[in-house]
Amino acid sequence: MSERVAVIGCGQTHHRKVRDDLSMAGLVREAAERALGDAGMDWTDIDAVVIGKAPDPFEGVMMPEVYLADALGCAGKPIMRVHTAGSVGGSTAVVATHLVSSGVRERVLTIGFEKQSEGDTTWGLGGGRSGSVGAGGYFAPHMRAYIDRSGAPDYIGPAVAVKDRRNALKNPYAHLKLENLTIETVMESPYVWEPVRRLESCPTSDGAAAMVLTNERVAGSRNAAWVHGTAIRSELGQFPGRDPVNPQGGRDCAADVYAQAGITDPFNEVDVAEIYVPFSWYEPMWLENLGFAAEGDGWKLVEKGVTDITGELPVNVSGGVLSSNPIGASGMLRFLEVALQVRGLAGEHQIEGAHTGVGHAYGGASQFFAMWVVRSEKP
Amino acid sequence: MRDVAIVSFAQSTPGLTDVEETETQLLFPVINEALDGIGITRKDIGFTCSASCDYLAGAPFAFVQTLEATGAWPPISESHVEMDGAWALYEAWVRLQHGDVDVALAFSSGICSRADISEVLAIELDPYYLAPLWLDPLSLGRLQAEAVGQEPPTEQPKYTDAAAAVILAAGDRARELVGRPAWISGIDHRTDAHYPGVRDLSKSASARIAGEQAGVDKAPVDVAYVSAQYPHEALILMDALGLKHVFGLATNPLMVSGLIQIGTAADAVIKGDASRSVGHATAGPCLQQNLVAVMES
Repeated sequence: MSERVAVIGCGQTHHRKVRDDLSMAGLVREAAERALGDAGMDWTDIDAVVIGKAPDPFEGVMMPEVYLADALGCAGKPIMRVHTAGSVGGSTAVVATHLVSSGVRERVLTIGFEKQSEGDTTWGLGGGRSGSVGAGGYFAPHMRAYIDRSGAPDYIGPAVAVKDRRNALKNPYAHLKLENLTIETVMESPYVWEPVRRLESCPTSDGAAAMVLTNERVAGSRNAAWVHGTAIRSELGQFPGRDPVNPQGGRDCAADVYAQAGITDPFNEVDVAEIYVPFSWYEPMWLENLGFAAEGDGWKLVEKGVTDITGELPVNVSGGVLSSNPIGASGMLRFLEVALQVRGLAGEHQIEGAHTGVGHAYGGASQFFAMWVVRSEKP
Repeated sequence: MRDVAIVSFAQSTPGLTDVEETETQLLFPVINEALDGIGITRKDIGFTCSASCDYLAGAPFAFVQTLEATGAWPPISESHVEMDGAWALYEAWVRLQHGDVDVALAFSSGICSRADISEVLAIELDPYYLAPLWLDPLSLGRLQAEAVGQEPPTEQPKYTDAAAAVILAAGDRARELVGRPAWISGIDHRTDAHYPGVRDLSKSASARIAGEQAGVDKAPVDVAYVSAQYPHEALILMDALGLKHVFGLATNPLMVSGLIQIGTAADAVIKGDASRSVGHATAGPCLQQNLVAVMES
């Protein structure tokens, strides 16, 4: 017994460095109201809410969904809180999908958010202790290992940074709006953690993403993105023999979700992908990990412009995590953006005729993965 | 819905405090015990859901450490809720409805003795209006006791350290694993508004709805275990769930209490001490959020 699941509403905030015009409740409502509006629904139509965000110390509120229940119209309804590190926005959407596909609920509102300006993320990452290297400091050696293994030229990372920021100029919700960025200007920006330069890193953003998921009966004839597969994987973060550059968990997650969606040749069968790329080099790394390129060949797709908005496999046409990074929402934005694409509602960054989209998120020490495949047609 | 049962439950020694172990170390033998009790291994688990709280661990990503207790290699299908373990059980129950997975593990852990729980729970309140008042859980408990006309408590409950694990199985797989599976005939959770001032604190509307949806009143209940840390909370829950007698919490390991209540209620069915039992979990100030599970032989 499995119900078909439709995404009939998508909403997001205008992501900014500081949204001090809104409380945390205001932030999640801005995204949720847009999603409800898109679905043609009201708060009272929702059966259940599934909310996700990254660690609570980022804002300094323990289990904030307890307080957000009021703002999300949850009195008398169920609300669940998911937390799976950076992958949380994706995992949250997966939990919401399961609530509908299981037949337990018919109309689920799912939300991911982060209000980074309310706290200090790098402090939070270190548990309040000194010496936190931040996420980039942790991932930098993995990117360096990738460059060394694959022999990728040094301008590949900067090329990804330029591409995603150009895409962001077409997305009214994106945080960073960097005009006239070139590979040279990126390469002139200082290293934050070698090999990652400042302009190759994601920003810290305030923002939220929300989607309305329903079963087939409720979706009716609405413009929907149909979920053809969801997958999650977790693996231990530290042990000898693990490959953090091309982790098994990511490969397994992709294989699982492709099998559900009947995808055997992802490069040729996927029209648009939103991949979690918080640091430029993760685009070629994940292209390989997710089976879009053979191992060692991911950077060649970047070099040939294959992942450009006009390329054969457009990646992160929304501007991606490199342009907007409200952490708890960043994964959900990947899922949401491909839903918008297959619904034909992505506006200026719409890929003409997008039929199949892949959304991806990762977190922890490259050890938590969440993915989904959506299509314009029912499964 | 697909028939899903609790087939095994294990917990750390009740009442632990000032433990020397990490949450992962507390969990590891508990998960082993839950598995060994029904003769399966980690390889038999198709879905795992964990529960923990960063503010108890005093560090972000508490669940990353506890993942070690699952032995997640090769990679596993795993999720995490920043909630009481009862909600991890709920997510696992939802996951088992799909038919592609037959056995799931839900677990949670919390070490309260290394934190000032009054402070931690004050930070759970609305950050703009309530948290700055440092409204502590005992004061909130006293407020609610007054609302039901009961003597306000003078001491906060004893917060302890614990880990617990529940194994769920579907259909024939459950019957293979244990003689008397504790079939989950109903499970539901609801929340009330957060602000103590906008709800009737003498009642729990969310517990009532969750109880109705879980079907508590469809047949007689042999035994009920609720997450009541004060006598007045037990009274409110008995009223909301229509129960004449409940067992409350002797100690309160945050993040684990609810899973222990449900596990204990399930165990009563598995062991043949009850044919129909109820387990309950709560979260938030003054019983804001409630989960009710009904288990049947």
